Amino acid sequence: MLEIWLGIKSAFWLIVTLDADLIEIACRSLVVTLSAVAIAAAIALPLGAWLAIGRYRFRRLVIAVLNALMGLPPVVVGLVVYLMLSRSGPFGVMGLLFTPWAMIIAQVIILTPLIASIAHQSIRDLWAEYHDLLISLNTSRSQRIKTLLWDSRRALLTAALAGFGRGIGEVGAIMIVGGNIDHATRVMTTAIALETSKGDFALAIGLGFVLIAMAFAVNITIHMLSGTEVRDRW
Amino acid sequence: MIRSLFALVTSLVTSLFLSGPLTADTLRMAVTTSFHNSGLSDILLPEIVKGTGLDVQLIIVGTGQAIRLGEAGDVDAILVHSRRAEDAFIAAGHGTHRREIMYNDFVIIGPESDPATIAENTRTAIEALQRIAGAQAPFASRGDDSGTHKMELSLWAAAGINKAQRTPGWYKEAGAGMGATLNTAAGLNAYVLADRASWLNFSNKGALKLLFAGDPALFNQYAFLPVNPAKHPHVNHEAAMQLEDWLTGPHTAELINSYRINGETLFTFNAE
Repeated sequence: MLEIWLGIKSAFWLIVTLDADLIEIACRSLVVTLSAVAIAAAIALPLGAWLAIGRYRFRRLVIAVLNALMGLPPVVVGLVVYLMLSRSGPFGVMGLLFTPWAMIIAQVIILTPLIASIAHQSIRDLWAEYHDLLISLNTSRSQRIKTLLWDSRRALLTAALAGFGRGIGEVGAIMIVGGNIDHATRVMTTAIALETSKGDFALAIGLGFVLIAMAFAVNITIHMLSGTEVRDRW
Repeated sequence: MIRSLFALVTSLVTSLFLSGPLTADTLRMAVTTSFHNSGLSDILLPEIVKGTGLDVQLIIVGTGQAIRLGEAGDVDAILVHSRRAEDAFIAAGHGTHRREIMYNDFVIIGPESDPATIAENTRTAIEALQRIAGAQAPFASRGDDSGTHKMELSLWAAAGINKAQRTPGWYKEAGAGMGATLNTAAGLNAYVLADRASWLNFSNKGALKLLFAGDPALFNQYAFLPVNPAKHPHVNHEAAMQLEDWLTGPHTAELINSYRINGETLFTFNAE
């Protein structure tokens, strides 16, 4: 219990003194996860819409597989990405292992099914509502996808934020493919794991509080920018 | 607002990736967890930059994984401590040569109450382990194929206590690094084999205490092995040689020998 109190104190001092190392790893965490969310959303949102409006064979199976992939174990994704990017693997010549790029690639793989599944669910509900209207207007498939994506943007924002939440707290995959190298690939979660392994629980939990605060800050900023929950709007 | 946020993110991304790429002066080295958990790497890295201009990127893993990274060519050099695995690495042509840098010793840590009474009248590490097994006192093992783990297994073998006799009731395989295993031992109030340096620099000692040390069998040699450029043409062999020169030089000898925690020496330089 004492560690939690010491952790709060160390988190406070790290933030107040603008600790240079802390800012560096916090920024790296944000950049890696936000990039991964942006790329994953660019793939997952149109995919979710396309899966929702299309009528194809094995539709139930495809959706079930997509939902199951939400539970992809990060450590397995990390291992597979490591084997792909390793110098002795198929993409080794690109030299991406132990760089932030490798971490982004691993996170895109983890986040895409999650964002696509949530997006698919909300777009499917909206499609049930819009179906007759959009058919009667003789819209093309891409017009339907665009309309559905735009009109369900609030739910899609939630999907992206769920992806952000999974990515920012993820440690298994980025530890393996990033290597937790100081000043190169160390992020908040891998730094916490490292401090824990040194037995320095106060600093580890202090970093943990900073990480939670970051997640709050990002969510609040995005809600403010998208102008949600203002006065009597819902 | 969105534009300024976008500008901020763009500047962050560029600063992240432009400082990231490997230059001629960057060297990736896989090191054992004890090298980092002991705090020595924090002393040496800034001095390496000063002395050689090399930006050494450490990947902190167990000896087993460090050797795998070297075999795959994912690092330029490895710094490990398991003689047999190192010799196999060189014999298979993965490394150019093996250079000894420094040594310390393994110690047996355990609860202050010492239920297996290894602190008194114990002459050898083997005897200590036999007493722990005899008392079925909790023992935390690394279980991660690291240098420390290999040493522990060879001691169990010498003590004549096989895998089947090490039942999960008292023998706990943590499958983790040195620090994490010490945390496990502190939580379980268990015995554990650790290298002296990691133990001295460990913060969460709890009710644990150093109970046994000094047996010559517990000698722990660290060696530097550059990855073979003939096998992996992309490795930065030049930088690895530069680092080896520095690691074996007189200034490093002084840094390593003078690194103390609570007045105790952690490593002894012995490069030739």
